[in-house]
Amino acid sequence: MSEFALHQVPARRHVPLVQDAASAMAIVVLGAVGYFLFPDDLAFLTRLIGIAFLVLSLDLVTGYCGIATLGHAAQFGVAAYAVGIACVRGVTDPLALLLVGVFAGTVMGLISGALIARFRGLPQLVLSIAVGQLVAALANKLQGLTGGSDGLSGISPGKVLGLYNFDMYSRTAYLFSLTVLIIVFVALSRFVRSPFGLMCRAIKDDDLRARMIGVAVYPRLVIMFGVSGAVAGVGGALTAMSTGVVGLDSVSFERSAEVLVMLVLGGAGHLWGALGGAIIFMIFEHIVAAANPFHWMTLVGLLLIGIVVFAPKGLIEPVLTLFARISGKGRAS
Amino acid sequence: MSGLLEARNVSLAFGGLQVTRDVSFQLNAGDRVALIGPNGAGKTTLVNLITGDLAPSAGHFFMGDDDITRCSIPERVQRGLVRTFQTTRLFQNLTVADNVALAILQRRRISKRFFSSSTELPEVRAEWCEILSKLGLDRLAYRKVVELAYGQQRLIELAIGLALRPKVLLLDEPAAGVPHDEAPKILEAINALPSDIAVLMIEHDMDLVFKFATRVLVLAAGRLIFEGSPKDVTADHEVRRAYLGSYADARRNA
Repeated sequence: MSEFALHQVPARRHVPLVQDAASAMAIVVLGAVGYFLFPDDLAFLTRLIGIAFLVLSLDLVTGYCGIATLGHAAQFGVAAYAVGIACVRGVTDPLALLLVGVFAGTVMGLISGALIARFRGLPQLVLSIAVGQLVAALANKLQGLTGGSDGLSGISPGKVLGLYNFDMYSRTAYLFSLTVLIIVFVALSRFVRSPFGLMCRAIKDDDLRARMIGVAVYPRLVIMFGVSGAVAGVGGALTAMSTGVVGLDSVSFERSAEVLVMLVLGGAGHLWGALGGAIIFMIFEHIVAAANPFHWMTLVGLLLIGIVVFAPKGLIEPVLTLFARISGKGRAS
Repeated sequence: MSGLLEARNVSLAFGGLQVTRDVSFQLNAGDRVALIGPNGAGKTTLVNLITGDLAPSAGHFFMGDDDITRCSIPERVQRGLVRTFQTTRLFQNLTVADNVALAILQRRRISKRFFSSSTELPEVRAEWCEILSKLGLDRLAYRKVVELAYGQQRLIELAIGLALRPKVLLLDEPAAGVPHDEAPKILEAINALPSDIAVLMIEHDMDLVFKFATRVLVLAAGRLIFEGSPKDVTADHEVRRAYLGSYADARRNA
């Protein structure tokens, strides 16, 4: 704190636009590194981006609202199936399919939110699992629509903007996904700082206090679930389009649990925590699973224990502290 | 014409335990009322009933001519019924500015905006700057609440209350746990509250009560046993027995 300030009221904080631009640049740089250094792994990196959307989506409800959920894959999976089904039935424009995914994800988000946000604590967690299992069971049973355990295949979207074909090296899919990620990430950065986003963080801190300043908490949380569903829907849509298939794994409990692990690993309550967690977990899993297919889960477990012990708030925490020290200010939002 | 807030024959029972018994009172514009009573008399329960945190098993609350007994907590806040908490309940991980700004955003009904940086909207910023300056918290605006001393947190409770522009303000032991040398600051802030609002303060500290209140309500075992001026309260036989009496006994036994 600058004690010499003559004016009592502190000056405005630095312009957040700079932050957003920096975030966008950072993702561009990371994306370029992936594109140019690992041209053979673009399919994997595209899948990573798809999952990153799901982790970001989970961060909105878990990190920003404090709602524990183990059924979040439902929103991702329902969107992926909706996109797959739409595509097989003749909607092939990628942007239109993206919208289908966003819509399906939002609807699923609102439905799960309406159920899950009513409760707190353990009942909430159990309910989220139940919602996830219900969707997984439906995906399995409705074979005519989803292909059941064989999965839904034959998804071949048209050209992006009528120009770029989804090629077998996944270049188009990767660049398309990366572009969408940058847009969504910047939009989310603004969103979490908005009055709505800030109020969600307030509700997470103390929901009775929030009520006592006049906030109707439940509708807010349901809306947040809707936004979260939209983001998960983007991920589901991109994954369906880039891989060409949608399987039961996309709505599975394992998927839900895995993204929660990624979020905790990176740091809940921060968008870079979510994105970083997805990147690190997926790459770690990719490398270790290739090197040692039998014991990779053990190594992932050890990694997690290490992180929870040494950086309980996720990997983002030491990074933020470092940034704060460099810039000489004790604050990062 | 009824007052800003009126309780009519309010009772609450948890199972067989009667916590609030047939309580009636009225708060008018400009009232400065202290609610006192021995520990366990049901003071905080009464506040919780007023705010809508608890539903009475019998009786009604009115604001003006409207029966608000069935209104939700947020609806009551929108009508201008605001409370502070006995143990601070603040958004600990947000900054002081954010805590106050959220209350302002909510009051102005712009807290649902998806974009725009919330605390820095010019009109919102001007308002929280003013409130924080008044309470001497302006320098701490961008500090996280969790980093602040308890006395400062108590002032933020008041700041949030002010930001909501209450018609009726319920202060639940505003000076509880505040270091002795900081208590005058709290009293100063309370004395500076807008004169047209009704304030109901729960307080144990009789010094503070005498400095603040023009009227005193005494609650004992869930029943209002006295209503009158601070001067008369110490003379009242029943109050001495129920409240000051028990206090005196406690001192004697200590």
